[in-house]
Amino acid sequence: MNTQDFSLSRRTLLQTTGALVIAFNAGGVGTALAQAAGAVKPPLHPTEMDSWIAIAPDGSVTIFFGKIDGGQGTDVAIAQIVAEEMDISVSRINVIMGDTALTCNQGGASGSTGVAQGGAALRQAGAEARRMLVERAAIAWGVAPERLSVNDGVITIAGDPRSMTCAALIGGKYFNDKIAWNNQYGNALGLTAKAKPKTPDQYRVVGTSAPRADVRGKVFAYRPYVTDIKVEGMLHGRMIRPENASSVPVAVDEASIRHIPGAQVVHKNDFLGVVAPKEWDAIRAARDLKVTWSAPVDVFPGDAGIYDHLRASTVTKRQVTTDKGAVEAAFAGAARIVEAEYEWPYQSHASMAGGCAIADVRGDRATVWTGTQKPHYAAEGAAAILKLPLENVHGIWVQGPGSYGRNDAGDALMDACVLSQTLGRPVRVQYMRHEGTGWDPKGPPSVHKARAALDAAGNMIALEFTSRGMSRNDTDTNESEPKDTLAGQLLGMTGERLVNFGSPEGAYEFPVARIAWETVPTLLAKASPLRTTHLRDPIGPQVHFGSESFMDEVAEAAGVDPIEFRLKFITRPRDVAALKAVAEKAGWKPGPAGTRRGRRGDIVTGQGVAYASRGGTIVAMIAEVEVNMRTGQVYARKFTVAQDCGLVINPGTMRTVIEGNVVQGLSRTLHEEVKFDRRGVKSVDWLTYPILDITEAPETVDIVLLDHPEIPPTGAGEATIRILAAAVSNAVFEATGKRIRRGPLTPERVRGALA
Amino acid sequence: MPRYTLQVDGRAEQVDADADMPLLYALRDNLGLHNPHFGCGLAQCGACTVHLDGEPTRSCVTPMGAVGTRQVTTLAGLGTEEKPHPVQAAYVEEAVPQCGYCINGWIMTAAAFLKKTPKPTDAEIREAMTGLKCRCGTHMAILRAIKRAAAMG
Repeated sequence: MNTQDFSLSRRTLLQTTGALVIAFNAGGVGTALAQAAGAVKPPLHPTEMDSWIAIAPDGSVTIFFGKIDGGQGTDVAIAQIVAEEMDISVSRINVIMGDTALTCNQGGASGSTGVAQGGAALRQAGAEARRMLVERAAIAWGVAPERLSVNDGVITIAGDPRSMTCAALIGGKYFNDKIAWNNQYGNALGLTAKAKPKTPDQYRVVGTSAPRADVRGKVFAYRPYVTDIKVEGMLHGRMIRPENASSVPVAVDEASIRHIPGAQVVHKNDFLGVVAPKEWDAIRAARDLKVTWSAPVDVFPGDAGIYDHLRASTVTKRQVTTDKGAVEAAFAGAARIVEAEYEWPYQSHASMAGGCAIADVRGDRATVWTGTQKPHYAAEGAAAILKLPLENVHGIWVQGPGSYGRNDAGDALMDACVLSQTLGRPVRVQYMRHEGTGWDPKGPPSVHKARAALDAAGNMIALEFTSRGMSRNDTDTNESEPKDTLAGQLLGMTGERLVNFGSPEGAYEFPVARIAWETVPTLLAKASPLRTTHLRDPIGPQVHFGSESFMDEVAEAAGVDPIEFRLKFITRPRDVAALKAVAEKAGWKPGPAGTRRGRRGDIVTGQGVAYASRGGTIVAMIAEVEVNMRTGQVYARKFTVAQDCGLVINPGTMRTVIEGNVVQGLSRTLHEEVKFDRRGVKSVDWLTYPILDITEAPETVDIVLLDHPEIPPTGAGEATIRILAAAVSNAVFEATGKRIRRGPLTPERVRGALA
Repeated sequence: MPRYTLQVDGRAEQVDADADMPLLYALRDNLGLHNPHFGCGLAQCGACTVHLDGEPTRSCVTPMGAVGTRQVTTLAGLGTEEKPHPVQAAYVEEAVPQCGYCINGWIMTAAAFLKKTPKPTDAEIREAMTGLKCRCGTHMAILRAIKRAAAMG
């Protein structure tokens, strides 16, 4: 399988991949034009088969995928799914992703839906493509379609020597045929084939570890990133951010950068940026520009005060997501009540580099290149801030420097748009490190209050769990509105903010429980460096740090093995199987708290478990940690993960996705906390926002994939990360006997708990 | 503005630049190379790493005036698909990168390290790679790949 290669010109690319010659107006939206045969490509619309799949004269197949893959292998999974349905080798498949002129909006990378929803649509398209091909061959030969079979793109007739390739049948031509669509765009976009997709027992390609397409281009440095895109006449832009979050520029001394060749200031309302033809000059200009800022105001409680702030704030929205049985009565009659509160900080996407985008705005048309994971929505946002019709804006996704939710890619795109439109030149914006960490929209901080009622025999008879945090999508996640970006807000664009948090998916079946969430007002409504939004598994790690730590605390109070305790409230057989599988693989020693504790000098060891489900995917984990009693340093030596996401499309990429979740999750658990004082964010680089170092990487990540081919696949991109903090925290408790209820588990914090 | 002759991946290249401009911008902006990458500009992450006479160097903080006649080797000059460096071959085998933006740091550092320490222990590999950043969390695959490369060499 291959993905688009930007070292080719776009025209060459399309000629080679799909035999569809598509001409682009200067910087504008693709207009499908006649190809050799004189046919016209049907408009890009979900009901058109040609919007999904193209077969080239050489027999290669191009898939037009409306999500993107940022290096986790979603695209190879999609290629495998379509290869399976079309009976074609996966090596013949190209996947085009995230180009708004070539793909329908399937929501981008979002909510671990790449395979679960994106793949489901493409499975139907693949099955329908095969049906259409077989039907056409059957008509050509005058035989019943039931007699035909397809093998790697060659159609044959049972008991008949004739054969025909799919390439000969349709290569370079359009299907000009329809497929049923559910009238929804985004993640929910669904297709229904007349053909019946294969059943899992027929799978030959799905379930194999087909290689990823992007690896070689990254390893041999020929696959460009969005940061590498160059447009003729392009200027380099940099934004000027205040040290104090509330400050706005009141005076700008343009003469202060007059010594820098070609440097210019763009100052509109509170939007302030510089451009220069050379990148280093733009950086110098941003550094040297003299700005008078408005007097700073104390707008934040400071990182140390954030939890008290959350507790003291007025709740703007509360939702009870589970309310079962007589909760108050159970607590009133309890023999014992266990209570605890857990706290989780703001965390940054802290991508490998700050956001980058290139905008080429020419008159009433624009082309934008973005590393965002939701390019279709980002193009809508670009159109909105440029005040251009959406059809005049062409969005092109190119791999960016990492994306785990809504990072700063969308902000960079808006900035580039404003600069390009103002100056009438293409502009590339790349954020500096301090912006990538200091100014990206953040994962929300939260407090989680838990209490459990136990009867005289130690049975948990009721549970109450309330999460309170900043909104998970105060900055909306899909980038389609300028109001959700720094540029939009600095230019005075306002609008309704979303106010949501959330509760854990109902993995357990508690007989008596009340589970709720509450949100409190965001800090600093305009252009805040502490805006909150989706960061990988949006509220999962913080909620489960609370809920799964608390399950351990109640198990301890009840004197019961933590896995056995959880199993009392789990009835679904797949969930039970996942917990049993992880226990067996990890060599879990059954027994109450303290059973799995060890000591060698200053080092104490322990195992901890956690479990959850996410979007139908079930995950159970056992962490083995070493804690240095003297330094407070936690080393997570080993993780064992059991995951059941139904059908596994590609076990190889599944394992590396889980490993990435483990390491990133461990980083967030041990290190990550955005530091800020009353006026601004102080986490601005890798020293002030440390992440996991390779010397701290686990020795072992053991993975058990509980494959259920008969169950449609659910997502795996985020499930593991939600329980990691709790598994580690529970292991630290097992090792030390001390419960740490505030993340991250830094040496200072652990030391403090041990003192 | 001074003119520098840079030896980049075996080619002599002319670059007009101020002496304090970091080498990174000569490679990316003046010469139009796709790598190394800008990550932090602070020598904290490694995404900009090149070899200067075989030594891994953070090009984001290396002024043009300090490069001299040293040979600059980028990831693209380390090996090719046809003739990969063992670390690159191992990276492909292990399918290491996710976003891959950090890749210059890891591969260039590992290549220089294995040259000096061809048969490293696991602990030596970790120590040699300390400080490099990977935000996708591909550390487990990185460690496998470096071990695999050591076994090849």
